[in-house]
Formats: sequence, structure tokens, C-alpha cells
Amino acid sequence: MSGDTLTLTLRIWRQNGPNEAGGFREYRLSGVSTHMSFLEMLDVLNEQLIESGEEPVAFDHDCREGICGMCSLMINGQAHGPDKATTTCQLHMRQFADGDTITIEPWRATAFPVVRDLVTDRSAFDRIISAGGYVSVNTGNAPDGNSIPVPGHQQEKAMDAAACIGCGACVAACKNASASLFVSAKVSQLAILPQGSQERTSRVLDMVNQMDEEGFGHCTNTYECEAACPVEVSVSNIARMNREYIRASIVAGE
Amino acid sequence: MVHIASEPLNSRVPEGAIETLWDKHRFNMKLVNPANKRKFKVIVVGTGLAGGSAAASLGELGYEVDAFCFQDSPRRAHSIAAQGGINAAKNYPNDGDSIWRLFYDTVKGGDYRAREANVYRLAQVSSNIIDQCVAQGVPFAREYGGTLANRSFGGAQVSRTFYCRGQTGQQLLLGAYQALMRQAQLGKVNIYARREMLELIVVDGVARGIVVRNLTTGQLETHTADAVVLCTGGYGNVYYLSTNAKGCNVTAAWRCHKRGAYFANPCYTQIHPTCIPVSGDYQSKLTLMSESLRNDGRVWVPKDSSDKRPPSEIPESDRDYYLERRYPSFGNLVPRDVASRASKERCDAGYGVGDTGLAVYLDFADAIRRDGEDTVRKKYGNLFHMYHKITAEDPYKSPMRIYPAVHYTMGGLWVDYHLMSNLPGLFVLGEANFSDHGANRLGASALMQGLSDGYFVIPYTIGDHLAKADLPPVPEDHPACVEAVQAAESRINRLLSVGGRRTVDSFHRELGQIMWDNCGMARSREGLESAVGQIQDLRDQFWTDVRVLGGQETLNQSLEKAGRVADFMEFAELLATDALNREESCGGHFREEHQTSEGEAQRNDEDFSYAAAWEFHGVGEDPTLHKEPLTFENVPPTTRSYK
Repeated sequence: MSGDTLTLTLRIWRQNGPNEAGGFREYRLSGVSTHMSFLEMLDVLNEQLIESGEEPVAFDHDCREGICGMCSLMINGQAHGPDKATTTCQLHMRQFADGDTITIEPWRATAFPVVRDLVTDRSAFDRIISAGGYVSVNTGNAPDGNSIPVPGHQQEKAMDAAACIGCGACVAACKNASASLFVSAKVSQLAILPQGSQERTSRVLDMVNQMDEEGFGHCTNTYECEAACPVEVSVSNIARMNREYIRASIVAGE
Repeated sequence: MVHIASEPLNSRVPEGAIETLWDKHRFNMKLVNPANKRKFKVIVVGTGLAGGSAAASLGELGYEVDAFCFQDSPRRAHSIAAQGGINAAKNYPNDGDSIWRLFYDTVKGGDYRAREANVYRLAQVSSNIIDQCVAQGVPFAREYGGTLANRSFGGAQVSRTFYCRGQTGQQLLLGAYQALMRQAQLGKVNIYARREMLELIVVDGVARGIVVRNLTTGQLETHTADAVVLCTGGYGNVYYLSTNAKGCNVTAAWRCHKRGAYFANPCYTQIHPTCIPVSGDYQSKLTLMSESLRNDGRVWVPKDSSDKRPPSEIPESDRDYYLERRYPSFGNLVPRDVASRASKERCDAGYGVGDTGLAVYLDFADAIRRDGEDTVRKKYGNLFHMYHKITAEDPYKSPMRIYPAVHYTMGGLWVDYHLMSNLPGLFVLGEANFSDHGANRLGASALMQGLSDGYFVIPYTIGDHLAKADLPPVPEDHPACVEAVQAAESRINRLLSVGGRRTVDSFHRELGQIMWDNCGMARSREGLESAVGQIQDLRDQFWTDVRVLGGQETLNQSLEKAGRVADFMEFAELLATDALNREESCGGHFREEHQTSEGEAQRNDEDFSYAAAWEFHGVGEDPTLHKEPLTFENVPPTTRSYK
């Protein structure tokens, strides 16, 4: 595959540790193939930095096929960059033009403290799932799979919500750093499916409570989360979560 | 020189008819009293399908569990990337499936190099896995009436594959992860994320703990327990380019090997036929396009090697649908090893397409004409989208270009029927062990094995060990712990102090190229011998010329990579040694010297019907080969034919 090459100016957030001050550093990078992924472009930069004796830029990544949710990055102010429905690892340099300046920052949210450079701590999401994002069924307790029928359209809706990869782009994109889209995706998946019905009330109350405790902000319906979500989880899930929450608040007192 | 141990390995497979083994054995194994379970601590390393399901299930039983992963969350483990599906012998479609057929297909698909008893058990518990996952809320595809949907996958003649769109691994993993996080909430499992296992602690010949590096602070931590369960995946990244996640590595398994655990069949590697081809030398990984695509896609190359027309302008009469031509009864659905070798054969002969000539077409035009674009989009939409993202080409309009890539490794640490290694107290589950897939894994069977091991095997077999073994407490200042920490520390210091000129990645790429060229889809004595020499030279260069910047007491991703690549440099030699020793072709291991006149793999059952388990004696020292004889009483070996 032949293609063009780009020369870029990269403004990258560098920060040595969680308690140290950070700041932007500027790097020039030339010979960037348009077929490269964004993270491959950073790989090339890091190889050059190491050769010149500078410590490479730390960033989280793993599967590089858009499913593990480990990669992040605010790219020119957009979570996962300019390409719709795309994680940073699946973003390709053909989205950029020769001579561009690209600003690269970590997720910015109180609940996601910076660990180093572009790496943040997203363990708050794990604690929210721990609070109730599951069906309480021990191994060995399950009835035959077909004894719990789920109509096709209902299953599709649950799958749309279950597709969330837990990357945190919704939080990073939100002016309030709200985790509503993430939480509502799990609440919705399990509220739609009959398997989740037994714990419907406690789940939504406990997960929302944990979200608040972690320091995420409230949802004010600006829908930036949906626009940034790499797997297009819909804000209608937030509406469902709110309905579930109101219902649970009433039912829980009974 | 290969030293061969005189005693065959004992796999602890019980006597009796294969259908009854697991039931009877569950009765014969010792139990730990429910009130005593909380007195035992179990370490689980890795939180993929095997590790996540094991840690959750052991926590539910009442054991104290410490679970470790190198990612920032247990939900990121690479099982998440599995696309196609999970097999189970449910026979919901009423099309002739049974436990016996799944067992038979898996043994045959593994080219008669797997252990029958393990495979039978796998087929037996496969149905329980589906039930468990459904109960957890895994959104498997459904029929309109609400029952579970199935598809045919990877050349199976029955529809036994359950799936969640093209994200089955993700949904199964999230199910296991949620069960795990529930145990964390209940205080039965402690989660240690961003920790990398660097040493196994062995006390009086029994595995009793691990040393991990806290990847955020750099601190080395000692964790002791009554048993260690290793679920750390495969070693495909020894090739540098593979479909594995960037972090996948052999380090945990290799450090166990260096502490005495045997490594079995490392030469059994799976090269997946349908991946997006390499596009440039900056390439950091390869992306799989699910095998399910071969249900509807047709593989072809031009009949004339000089035909450079765009695919849409090449008429039917000038196309060579070589899989349909060579294997008329299975066609495009031949198993992975066969499909991959056939692509390589066409490309090596000069018929490859695209700029590099290292690609073949996977064409959906017939399926789109037959079923309509909407139907195709519903089945494969996310895969087509991913292909479009990466290549900027629309597969609805022109055929995909694909080429084989390293995907899965069937070899791994040797385990017995209990999934325990030769080191008592060290259990190995999922891709990290060697047990169930023989020389070739069938599609949709990796997820099945990981969850079978974690949900339905280890909960029983670990109890037998804990109930029988003498396990005095191991304090953190025990000499074995102190020694293990020192070993990890000195290796880190050594990596940081080389002060050479070359980056870790440059060494990794070079190692990968040596492995792909000589230990890839086709292997020969000459190539393998040359590879051993090249690996040794490269390893020497690595330790004199690698440059790892930064320090130990901080997040240092170069240091993490350097440790993993250093281990790959040692492991690669064992892989090549095993491939040299196995003078036959079977499954994913194809020796050019051993093929039929038609270019098909030629097994040698007389001399090689065994699992090769290697014992470590030192870097650069010849290992000892321990053989576990494989007998096939229920599925008599035949030549695999897909013609």
C-alpha cells in the first residue's frame, strides 16, 4: 500500500508522576505514513526519543483492535480523536494533514488521576461494577440456557448496551466528568434482560451511589458522551437508568 | 543434543471408560470441608476467561483469592478480543451434535496430539458453560422466539457455536469479570491490577507464591499462598507481529519453567488464515478478521500470476478459488492450519495480490448477491467496519485482502489431568497450558477451554491438592521468598544497566522476523538450526546493546517490555528446539521434509505420538525431554482429510 507521509508537530502532556506538575512538550515528527495507526505514530516517536536519550511517552494500550478499552487520549480536545465511533488505537493517520499540530492529553477527570504522562487510573470503574454490575449467580447454579428465553429484539437492545468497552471516553468528553453513560450501559443491559430482574432495585441504587462517591459529576444532558463513545452506546441508556433509579427509590422504601 | 528422560510422564488420567472418567474422578478426589476453605489462600495470575472464571469460582467456594493482572483492570485481558464464538455440545439445532462428536472433532482437529481424557471432559462440561454465561446475563444471539441461536464455525459439520455478534470474547469475559468483581465486593477476592508476575516461589518443591512488580510504583511485592493458578495466556508475541494484544507475553510461564515446570509442545503454534496483511515496517500488530467470514466469503487469487487487474475486473473464469479446488468437500471451511498453508503456497508461487504480493482475496460478492447487503451487514457489520477503518477500503464493494498471522499457541506449560504442572501446587489453565488442542485448535474452542478450566475443572482439582498436601505457613522472609525477590531485582537492575544503543522494540522485531521466517507456517531442519544460532546471537547482542531508559521506582513501560523480550529471547530457542525434535508434520507444525506428494502434512504416529515436555537446565544448556505417551483408544488416528 503506497501512501503519503506527513510531518507533524506533536504537543504532548508529560508528567513524571501522580504528584508532580505536568506540562506540554513539543516534538516534530516527520515521515509519518498515512497508513499508520495513531499509536504506531506514537511508537515511532518513542523509538526516536529513546535513541536521543529521552524517556518515551507513557500511554496505555493493549489489544490495538478497539475492544479492550485500555487506550485513551484526548486528541485535539476530542476523546479518541476526530474519527467517529473509533478508539485511538483504530484511528489512522490518514485523518490528519501534513503540517498539522496535534495536541495529545490524558483523560482529565478528578476520578481518573494521572499516573504518568498520558496514563490515568480508571479503577473507579471497577469499583462501580463491584457495587452491583452483575447478576449474583454462583458457578454451577445455572438452569439450562434455553429455560430463560429472551426475545431477539430485547437481546439486541441489551447487546447494544453491553458493547461498552469501559474506556472512559464518556467521562473525558463530559464537561461534568460524569460517568453516567458507562454506568447506565451496565444498568440497562441487566435491566433489559430477565436474568437481571432479581437485583434490579439494589443494582441501580448501589452503582449510582458508588459513581457519586468516586467523584464523577452529574449528567446535564449535553450528549458529548454519546458523540465520543467509540462503540456508540446511546444516551437513551441514561434515560433508562434515570427511570430505573426513580423506580428503585420508590420501591426500595417499601 | 536432546537428553531424553527414561521415565514417561504420568498424566494421572484415571482408568476406565472415557465417558465415566470425570464423574468417577470427582468422587475419588478429596474435598476441603466448607468451613476449612477460608483457611486456604489461592493466587490466580491473569484475569482472562480462565483466570477470571477461576478466581470468581474459587472465591464463591469460600477460598481466599488474590487475583493479579498486568493491565489497569481485570476486564482488559486479551480474551476480550475473541470474535467468533464458543462451542458447546448442546445440540439445540437438532442437527446431530453430541458430546461424543465435539470430542471427536476436537481430537481429530488437533491432529491426534491432544490427551483424549482432557478433551472428553472439555466436551462434557461445554454445555454447563453456556448455561452459566446465560445466567450471568451474557447477551448471546437469539432466535426470534427467544431461544439461543447457533452457527456453524471453523469447518464444523454441525451448528454448535454460540455467539454475541462479533464480540463473543468480550461478552464472556465481562461475564467472568463481573462475577469476579462481585467476589471482590464480598471480600473473597483481592484484585491486584497493574502487577506483573516475575518469579514463582517454590518451597520444598511445592509452588507457594509469586513475586510481582507493581507497575505503577516499581515496588517488588511478595505474595504467598497455598496454591498458584497460572492463567497467563499464550506466547504468540514471540513472533513480534501477531493478533495478540501488545502486552501478551510468556514471562510468567517462562519464569515457572525456569523454576522447574515443564514446557510442553512449544512448536505448536496456530497461524490464523484470515488476518489483515502487513502494510509497513512500522506495523505494531496484526488484526484478525473472524473465521466466521469464511462461512460466506470465498477465497481466491488470479489464475495468472501476472494478472494485476483490480479484482472487480477479473472475470470468474480467470479466478482460482483454490480452497474449493483443492478441498471440494470442505471448501472455504477447511481448518485453520490447512487454509493458512494453502494461502502461503499460492503466495510463494507468485499468485499473491496487493502491493506486497502477500495476500489473497476473501470475496463476499456472492453472499451479497444471494442474501442482500443488509443480511451480510447484520452478520459481519463490525468486522467489515474494522476492515474499512484499518485499510480505508470498503469490503462491501471490493474483496478483502487477507493473509495468515500468528494467532494462538497450543503449546504451554505441561499439566496433568488435574491441570497441575509437574510442580505440585502450580496449576495452569487456559491458553497457558498445553492440554486440550493438540497440534491445532478448532475455531470457537479457546473460549470453551478457558471457561471449562476456570469454572468447572479447577474448583474440583484444587481441593484435592489442598486437602492432601502438607502446607506449612510460608512467611515473607522465608529464604525461598527472599531469593526469588533478589532474582527479580537483579534481572531488573541488569536490564537497566546495559546502557546500549538499541531499543527493546528493535530487538523484538528482529527476533520476530527470525521466528516467522524459520519457525512459521513451514519449517525445515536447515531453517530451524539456523534460527537457533541466530536467536543465540541476538540474545547476546540484546544483553550488551539494549537501551532501557528511566528507573525502577516508577511506571516504566520500556522496562516492562525489556523484561518480556528478554524472556522471549530465551523461550524462542526452546520453540525452535522442539520444532527440530518433532520430525513430522502435524497440525500447526509443518516440517517441509514431512509432506505427502500433494503437499499435505504427514504425521509420524509411530515415533511422535507423544507430548514433548521440556525441562530447563539453564540458558544455553540443552533441556531434557520428558515424553507423555498419547494413546487414542476412542478416536483412532486417521489421516486428516478435508478433500
